[in-house]
Amino acid sequence: MRNRLHPLRELLLARFRESFREPEVVFWTYGFPLLLAVGLGIAFRNRPMEQIYVDVEQHTSAAAVAEHLRGSPGFTVEVHLRQACRERLRLGKSSITVVPGEHYTFVYDPTRPESALARQRVDDVLQRAAGRRDPIPIREQQVQEPGARYIDFLVPGLIGMNLMGSGMWGVGFVIVDMRVRKLLKRFVATPMKRSDFLWSMVGGRMLFMFPELGIILGAGVLLFGVAVRGSIAGIFLISVTGALCFAGLGLLVACRAQHIETVSGLMNLVMLPMWLLSGVFFSSDRFPAYLQPLVQALPLTQLNNALRAVILEGAPLPAQAGKLAILVAWGGISFAIALRCFRWN
Amino acid sequence: MCDLAIRCHGLRKQYRTRNGTVDAVNGLDLEVRQGECFGLLGPNGAGKTTTVEILEGLLRATSGEVEVLGMRWGENDDELRQRIGISLQETRFPEKLSVCEILTLFRSFYREGKDPTAVMESVGLTEKARAWAGKLSGGQTQRLAVACALVGNPDLVFLDEPTTGLDPQSRRQLWGIIRDLGSQGKTTLLTTHYMDEAERLCDRVAVVDHGRVIALGSPIELIATLGAHHVVEFAVEDGRHPAPERLSVLPAVCEVRNEAKGVALTVNEPHLTIPALLQLLEMENLTLVRLTTRQASLEDVFVHLTGRHLDEEQTAPA
Repeated sequence: MRNRLHPLRELLLARFRESFREPEVVFWTYGFPLLLAVGLGIAFRNRPMEQIYVDVEQHTSAAAVAEHLRGSPGFTVEVHLRQACRERLRLGKSSITVVPGEHYTFVYDPTRPESALARQRVDDVLQRAAGRRDPIPIREQQVQEPGARYIDFLVPGLIGMNLMGSGMWGVGFVIVDMRVRKLLKRFVATPMKRSDFLWSMVGGRMLFMFPELGIILGAGVLLFGVAVRGSIAGIFLISVTGALCFAGLGLLVACRAQHIETVSGLMNLVMLPMWLLSGVFFSSDRFPAYLQPLVQALPLTQLNNALRAVILEGAPLPAQAGKLAILVAWGGISFAIALRCFRWN
Repeated sequence: MCDLAIRCHGLRKQYRTRNGTVDAVNGLDLEVRQGECFGLLGPNGAGKTTTVEILEGLLRATSGEVEVLGMRWGENDDELRQRIGISLQETRFPEKLSVCEILTLFRSFYREGKDPTAVMESVGLTEKARAWAGKLSGGQTQRLAVACALVGNPDLVFLDEPTTGLDPQSRRQLWGIIRDLGSQGKTTLLTTHYMDEAERLCDRVAVVDHGRVIALGSPIELIATLGAHHVVEFAVEDGRHPAPERLSVLPAVCEVRNEAKGVALTVNEPHLTIPALLQLLEMENLTLVRLTTRQASLEDVFVHLTGRHLDEEQTAPA
């Protein structure tokens, strides 16, 4: 009987069936990043303006001072005896104590940010109440639109982190597992083309990537109103490039390892610097200048930056070419080395 | 010679270890004829698996010549792979793929081959077609491994320890499958450390020890080299057995072996030996606690040649 089955198609099918029959894999690939996005999104959602807690020490003019402060928005004011005021300040129940008298005294800890803020605000209110006039009139324009919030920053980072994690694990771990099981050896004992096998690994990653991307981006848009300003096609292309890059790194990490423990360690070694430096949870620009060459050379930094530029700023795809080139270089070089050094037996 | 499925000459495989080099295979010669079932029999560590993996093109020999189906590894690899089927000593198949899916996957690698359904039937796994590989018993897993070796409809089948660790019933099932291969005209090379398996299945057997063939022939020929077809085994109370020189002069005795739990005599005519043995024991005032007779086996051939049993671990060659 002639062969009517295509080996690449069968290998891909096998990858699919195995993955989706493994509940843990489905959870860690799709459920976990979703939970992370929801959890962090809730934790860092934009809160109403912080209250400033002020105590006024008991004095004949205490009531008047308290009245002035209460007349301004954002103050919670209580009047207490000296001892109680000190106690409350020490326990963090108030940020500042105002001691009225001929001179007002502010009792506060300047190293506590909320106390430093409270000192400025209290001073401002009391000075105005005493008749200060501001020489320059100020108008305020407050911004709270989608695109500038923490969750907007976070979603592209989570997409990048997930593409890295599942690319490395989905290729590296699976290959070493097959090697441990002697399945790789069994495969090369057949006429299977080795390139078919490697393409099935890469192809599998490409196909698994779509739901990963869709779930995180979809959750961002539907649950948190993240505004996608760039083109979907651009986001797709960047994600595909990222997934390919990390599939290559996964292959490289797995190309010689003979134990699951070895490959797990290697993968963590590769991924840890990127978790820390590549701007998943906060901007990588915050790292000092001498670290920036390293930070910018990491593929996840480039992937996250490209995703953020397209999703949040609506930047055109051609402007991301440099970032994509770095990803392609990482993926391509890893792939080439992995192919040369791959241990089949 | 075109009627040889496998020919190898002076095969040698050295492994580097911490204490220098070890010769896993040490100048091994082998000729397997087309259509026969050939057995490599030897204890664990004798070099059987290394030899087979070299013949399968999975390992490279340190030196020596190998010809498989008239072709050589490194020259006609794809053609060779199309025509051989392999069952490794140990393969753990993907646990969450079904028997049918795994066979279909393996089938897709071959230009020509058999319908997976037919292969499943031939190894008795039809009922398990939709069962995941992780849920199969040891015997079923081993039959799946053999099925994967057969799905490309190979001319030459390698089975490395196909029944190791299986229960008696599963072993018999596999023996049936392996016998069927012979009736289909396929050449089979199997390794085993079970002498009964080699005796029942193999047309010819090479006894391997320390990486070398130490005896070659059909099971009947090999047993005939003992000079006798029966083994009388006995044990006496407290293990105070008579001296070997007193036993070797008993009628019809060819060989005397002291064993862990008694003495084994290789004999031509047990009906002459046994009365004389009982008489000797009585004279020496010894109490018999065990007396059995059986047909001589390949095990006895191995013990005769090496002084060790097949199930003893191979000690590293000095």
